[in-house]
Amino acid sequence: MATLELRNVNKTYGAGLPDTLKNIELSIKDGEFLILVGPSGCGKSTLMNCIAGLENITGGAIMIGDEDVSGMSPKDRDIAMVFQSYALYPTMSVRENIEFGLKIRKMAQSAIDEEVARVAKLLQIEHLLNRKPGQLSGGQQQRVAMGRALARRPKIYLFDEPLSNLDAKLRVEMRTEMKLMHQRLKTTTVYVTHDQIEAMTLGDKVAVMKDGIIQQFGTPKQIYNDPANLFVASFIGSPPMNFIPLRLQRKDGRLVALLDSGQARCELPMSMIDAGLEDREVILGLRPEQIVLASAEVTGAPTLRADVQVTEPTGPDTLVFVQLNGTKVCCRLAPDVAPQVGEALNLQFDPAKVLLFDAQTGERLGTVTSLPAQDRADNVAQFKGR
Amino acid sequence: MNSLAGKRSISLSRIAIYAVLIFAVLLYLVPLVVMLLTSFKTPEDISTGNLLSWPTVVTGIGWVKAWATVDGYFWNSIKITVPAVLASTAIGALNGYVLSMWRFRGSQLFFGLLLFGCFLPFQTVLLPASFTLGKMGLASTTTGLVFVHIVYGLAFTTLFFRNYYVSIPDALVKAARLDGAGFFTIFRLIILPMSTPIIMVCLIWQFTQIWNDFLFGVVFSSGDSQPITVALNNLVNTSTGVKEYNVDMAAAMIAGLPTLLVYVVAGKYFVRGLTAGAVKG
Repeated sequence: MATLELRNVNKTYGAGLPDTLKNIELSIKDGEFLILVGPSGCGKSTLMNCIAGLENITGGAIMIGDEDVSGMSPKDRDIAMVFQSYALYPTMSVRENIEFGLKIRKMAQSAIDEEVARVAKLLQIEHLLNRKPGQLSGGQQQRVAMGRALARRPKIYLFDEPLSNLDAKLRVEMRTEMKLMHQRLKTTTVYVTHDQIEAMTLGDKVAVMKDGIIQQFGTPKQIYNDPANLFVASFIGSPPMNFIPLRLQRKDGRLVALLDSGQARCELPMSMIDAGLEDREVILGLRPEQIVLASAEVTGAPTLRADVQVTEPTGPDTLVFVQLNGTKVCCRLAPDVAPQVGEALNLQFDPAKVLLFDAQTGERLGTVTSLPAQDRADNVAQFKGR
Repeated sequence: MNSLAGKRSISLSRIAIYAVLIFAVLLYLVPLVVMLLTSFKTPEDISTGNLLSWPTVVTGIGWVKAWATVDGYFWNSIKITVPAVLASTAIGALNGYVLSMWRFRGSQLFFGLLLFGCFLPFQTVLLPASFTLGKMGLASTTTGLVFVHIVYGLAFTTLFFRNYYVSIPDALVKAARLDGAGFFTIFRLIILPMSTPIIMVCLIWQFTQIWNDFLFGVVFSSGDSQPITVALNNLVNTSTGVKEYNVDMAAAMIAGLPTLLVYVVAGKYFVRGLTAGAVKG
């Protein structure tokens, strides 16, 4: 049980090589669930190995509780890790696997037995204790790997893509189970994944990484609703956010974005955007569920008529694709109101939810609410640019 | 084979395959048969009959005489081989463990240089080795010979273990480190128990090499401490008296038996170990 704080952590594999981790700053409170998410090669696993002590950092500090652990060996950091490959000791039985760390730490055998029984009951693997890892299914191996981590009651759990070797159905089951487990145990947890759904569903805090840099750090809600840049916006969310490149114009003293479906045009007023943006190339971001069918109730919101090009019924929703400003745009509609291909739709947008990004840098334009790295009080503050 | 229908049709090609195989087997077995037959013959029988003829009188006198001659040298060979095999395997395992799981700066280069040892002909190390042994005061001692065998064998044993261990996932060592285990604890409790196949390969390989070695034996030992291969050579190459082929053959068989025994006992691991890591799972 402890807080975890990364202070300006840097990592490079040698002079002249690009930095693997650049100025990583984040902190989580005791009992929080932190997700490190990003595409492969973004440095998330390296960062986790650094927290574990399996790799050395080249700058900064890693604080667990009030202690700087960056110079300590892995065994002294009091952390436990679940690996993607599970890394169960193949020649040992499940019981011996769970006991191993306790025996190394010279715990009394009676206490060890108690602990193994507790963990086995918690994870429902009591009937597997005498088997070898090779005799277990993937899901069972995953449970044993968790059991080995739970047994020591460490300060922090580290999970390195623990669900990615499971089949889709089991992955969803285990995801719920992990969340349940965390709610019961309330141990500080760091969880690495490339799966944005796991990131959204499991995390109290999410750090989106790319190229060794934290792109944004915040709650899942902040990351989803208030992405700091184009990368975060495109990485989180499925189906992904629509991006429409356009040029802002000034009309009647207000900034507007002009949308063109080929059939009709509409103006989205950009009231929240500061001046000085007219005639600039921007990218307008719109989540598929933020485009709705025009209805009588919502009046005043801009509407636009567009032709349906493709529909993809997924069951709960139907994805409808239209063409706006020459870009394919996805709308997520309820199946019973979804139109057929070739029909025309009246679409409606909420201008307040529209996001704008700089076309050159990909940075968000306007105000982004996000968690600053040092913020412990969880209050929403201005996102500090890098 | 047509397993689907279950009928065994013997085609011409199959007969041809078996014929070739049986011929090959016979070809390989003939020398052994000749040796066995000859070892149980009397000297008179050998000079009158041909190589493949059955002994007119089956006698064990050749084996008794052979054992009397090589008895001491047989035990010399055991005293040389067993410690050399065990030590070179143990050190090789440790080397392989370090080179695959605890890489250090330059470890790849180190491994590459070590591989050169596998290609060094025996002859090239004779002079430097004897010089070194002389300096160490181990010239013409069993300890010295064992030492040479260990050093020469390390290149092979390290290669075996290193290549076996690179197929073991790094995460195992990481997990053990987080569990609090140190360098030797991980080796002893996690890595070694997984190493049975490669240990067997190493033991067989090293046993065969060292037991059958002649050159190091003849150079680095003398008199009563020579290994059985050297004794066998001395026996067969005597130029005085009548050639006792039955004794020669029996002595050669005695010299060859231990390696044969090792193959029979541990042979199944040999193929398994050599192919380990080739296929996942």
